[in-house]
Parts: sequence; structure tokens; C-alpha cells
Amino acid sequence: MTVYLFAILGFFAILSALMVVLTKNPIHSILYLVLTFFAIAGEYVLLNAQFLAIVNIIVYAGAIMVLFLFVVMLLNLNEETEPHKSVLRKLIAVIAAGLLLVVLVGSLKGADNMSIKPFSQNTGLIENLGKVLFNDFLLPFEVSAVLFLAAMVGAVMLGKKDIK
Amino acid sequence: MGISLFILYKVILVVAVFAISLVIAMYSTYAERKVAAFMQDRLGPNRAGPFGILQPLADGVKMFMKEEIIPQVSNKFLFILGPSIAMFTSCITGAVIPWGTSLHIAGHDFTLQVTDINIGILYVMAITSIGVYGIMIGGWASNNKYSLLGALRASSQMISYEVAMGLAIIALVMTTGTLSLRDIAAQQTGWHWNLFYQPLGFIIFLICAFAETNRTPFDLPESDSELIGGYHTEYSSMKLGFYLFAEYINMFISSAIISTLYFGGYNMPFIGRLGLSHNLEAILGIVFLFAKIFFFIFFFMWVRWTVPRFRFDQLMNLGWKILIPLSIFNVAITGFIILMFHR
Repeated sequence: MTVYLFAILGFFAILSALMVVLTKNPIHSILYLVLTFFAIAGEYVLLNAQFLAIVNIIVYAGAIMVLFLFVVMLLNLNEETEPHKSVLRKLIAVIAAGLLLVVLVGSLKGADNMSIKPFSQNTGLIENLGKVLFNDFLLPFEVSAVLFLAAMVGAVMLGKKDIK
Repeated sequence: MGISLFILYKVILVVAVFAISLVIAMYSTYAERKVAAFMQDRLGPNRAGPFGILQPLADGVKMFMKEEIIPQVSNKFLFILGPSIAMFTSCITGAVIPWGTSLHIAGHDFTLQVTDINIGILYVMAITSIGVYGIMIGGWASNNKYSLLGALRASSQMISYEVAMGLAIIALVMTTGTLSLRDIAAQQTGWHWNLFYQPLGFIIFLICAFAETNRTPFDLPESDSELIGGYHTEYSSMKLGFYLFAEYINMFISSAIISTLYFGGYNMPFIGRLGLSHNLEAILGIVFLFAKIFFFIFFFMWVRWTVPRFRFDQLMNLGWKILIPLSIFNVAITGFIILMFHR
């Protein structure tokens, strides 16, 4: 049962991720990206990480993608007004994406040898997550909080029309 | 409990929650018009059936019979998807609300909640944030400037008030120590309602609930007089009906959530002292919960017919410059009190 669900969700995730790149209309791309996030959230639920699944939906599907939609709708991008891209730029994009693929494959290559902890019902519970975050990973957690604060202040600064 | 019995019980519960949401939303439209009529010294609908009680059915038939127009230039699939998402998201939130404790029937314990996920509140938040898509997609797919502007207005309003709502919930979670709606409801026995521990949080949450359900004084997405209906200008027939109906279901669901989070849910003070049997107490609990829900639905209507609507800049100022600092202050003061007095 779990294996079938995993396969179905994985199929949808990959299919909609491909459609993000392949569709011409930017709004459709964004909506396919939202579908991808939902499929990935489904995979998280299968791993018993409900908190991660819900946060994935709230943050990515619910906030970031809505802002993407906002921008695309306001710019009124569509098929007719799509700027023509030169071959050189396409080539550069392909090489950059290919390098990213190499990095990802390279970093995941050693994953076979890693010891996997046995599955337990408590893995994804929010209490355990909180304990791990505030004990073992306190410094990275606080540093990322500072990073978010800096990003927020930066956004407010950019949003101001005239800075005196 | 056998697996087939379990599935049967869950199916019955899901259908019951779904049907009750729809019927209550249907009669909310009738109640809204009656309340408005009462406040404006009119009679309200009184032609269809005794006291106009069949009016919602007549409205539904009217919606179905109207001509359905899909603009030629718009994306047909997305045009239909918009109201479907709006309806879908408002219907699935009821799954995590505890409607009562549990019923003991023939040696089995039937919990009156469709599913008790341990992150119930976050689920509600997630569904609320998904609900924005219904409006945005519908407004964009209409291929109409007014619809698009209305959709942008509506979604920026919803996003802004989600932030304050989330911060109000964080303060609540700090006092309850759990994210499960079932545990939060169970903690509030007797007079231990969260309202008394989180009065500021409750007010922030209530204001945000008004904004999230697009009710007056925050009904700027529609504002008929300025925007010709906002994001659903191009919609007709039952697709328009879906958008309008989803608002009433949202109102019911948010009343249920407010009652569960802050007003004790199915708990009622002194009920434990009467020495009633478990089942009777559970049934009375459902009745109490629905009494609270009906009060809040009435409150939504009461406010709608009393207060005029905000200007858009006032709405944004209230959301970002008053409610968010207030809710951060609430989080800070809650943390301080927990640290000082509850260790």
C-alpha cells in the first residue's frame, strides 16, 4: 500500500515538475509547481513527518507560490509577450542546470552506505523536532533566524519608495 | 473494532460533517437576510414556505437554472477550477474539528472527530492559505481587469491577515502546549476556557477570522459598489453560487474553530457535576458546541449589518501596523508569564 502510494505521488511529483519547465504559460508553470509541492508533502506524510508536510504546504504552496502568482499576474506575462532568448543564454542555462544535477548526484552517491535509523512512530512528531532543533542544532537554528530577520529588514528597505 | 466497522463509522461521520456544514451554510444565507431585515426594520424573505423557510432552496434552484457564461477568451479549465478550489477548501477543514467527546455504543468507543492529526491547527492554517488560490485563479482566468484587480486585492488581504492569525495561534499553542485540536478542546473543562488565558489573542484571532472569510468590515474583495463584484465579476450561475456559498461554509467553520480554540469547544461548565451518563454528556456537548457556533455566526452577521467597510489602505494599516505588532507583543507577554509563573 505504502509503496503504491509512494510510486503514485512520485510519478505526480516528477510529471508536474517536468510540466513546470515545459509549459509556455508562466501561470500554468506556477500552478504545476504548486502541484509538485503537494506531491512532495504527500511523500512527507508517508514518512510520518506530518509537521514537515504541513509546513511545506503553508510556506511553499501557501505563501511563496502565492507571491509568485502575484508577480506574474501583475507583470501580465503570457505566451505572446514572451521575450526571445538567444541560443547562448539557453546553452548557459543548460550547463548551469547540468552542473547542479552533477552536484546533487555526487552528494547523494554516498547515501547507500549511511546507517538508517529504524522507523519509529515518533520520528516526525513536533515535540521531537523541537527538542532536536533547540538542543542539537541550536546554533544553526539561531543563525538562520538572524538570516531571516536580515532578509525581512532588507525587504522593508527595498519596499520603501524614498529613503531619507 | 474491526476494519470494516471502522471504515463504516468514519464514512458516516464524514458524510454527517459534510451534510451539516452544507445545511448550516444554506440556512445561514436565510438567517443573514432575516437578521439584516430585523436590523433594518423590514420583514425579510417570507414568501417561500412558512416564514420564508424554503427561501434557500428557491435560491439554489435559481442559481442552477441561470445561464452559465464562460468568457470566450478565458482559460476554461482554470475558470472552472477557481470556484471548485474555493468550495473544496472550505469543506475539508471540518475534518479536524472535534465535534464532541465520544459515544460508547455496543462496547465500542466512537470518537466524534473525523481525524485527530497531531498538528490540527497547522492543518487549518494550511487549508486557509490554500483557499487564496481559488480566488486568484478565478480572478485571473476571467481575463478581465476588474476581476484580476479584485483577486489581487482579496489575496493580499488574506495573506496579510494570515500572519497575525498565525501569531495569535502561536501564543495560544504556548499556553496549551499542543497543536492537536482534540487536546486543546479537552483541556478546557469547566471554566478553563482559553478565552481567559488569551484575551488579546482571541480578539486578534476574531478580527483575522473576519478578514479571512471576507466578511464586513473586511469585505473589500467584493465591495459591490466600487469593484462591480471583484474577483467573481465574470462568474454566473452555480459557479458564482460556489464562491458565495463557500463564504458561508467558511463562516460556519471559522465559528467552529473559534469556539473550539477559545470557548471550550464541546465543554460546558458544571456539566460534570450533574452525573449524566457518558453518551448523554457527549450529545449535550455537541449541542453546546453548536450553540456556541450559532452565536458566532450571528455575531458575524451582527457586525456585518452594523459596521461600514474599511478603505483598503486602512485595512492594510490595521493588518500590518496594528495587529501584527499586537500579536507579537501577545506572544512575548505570554512567554514571559509562562516563564515567570508556571515553572
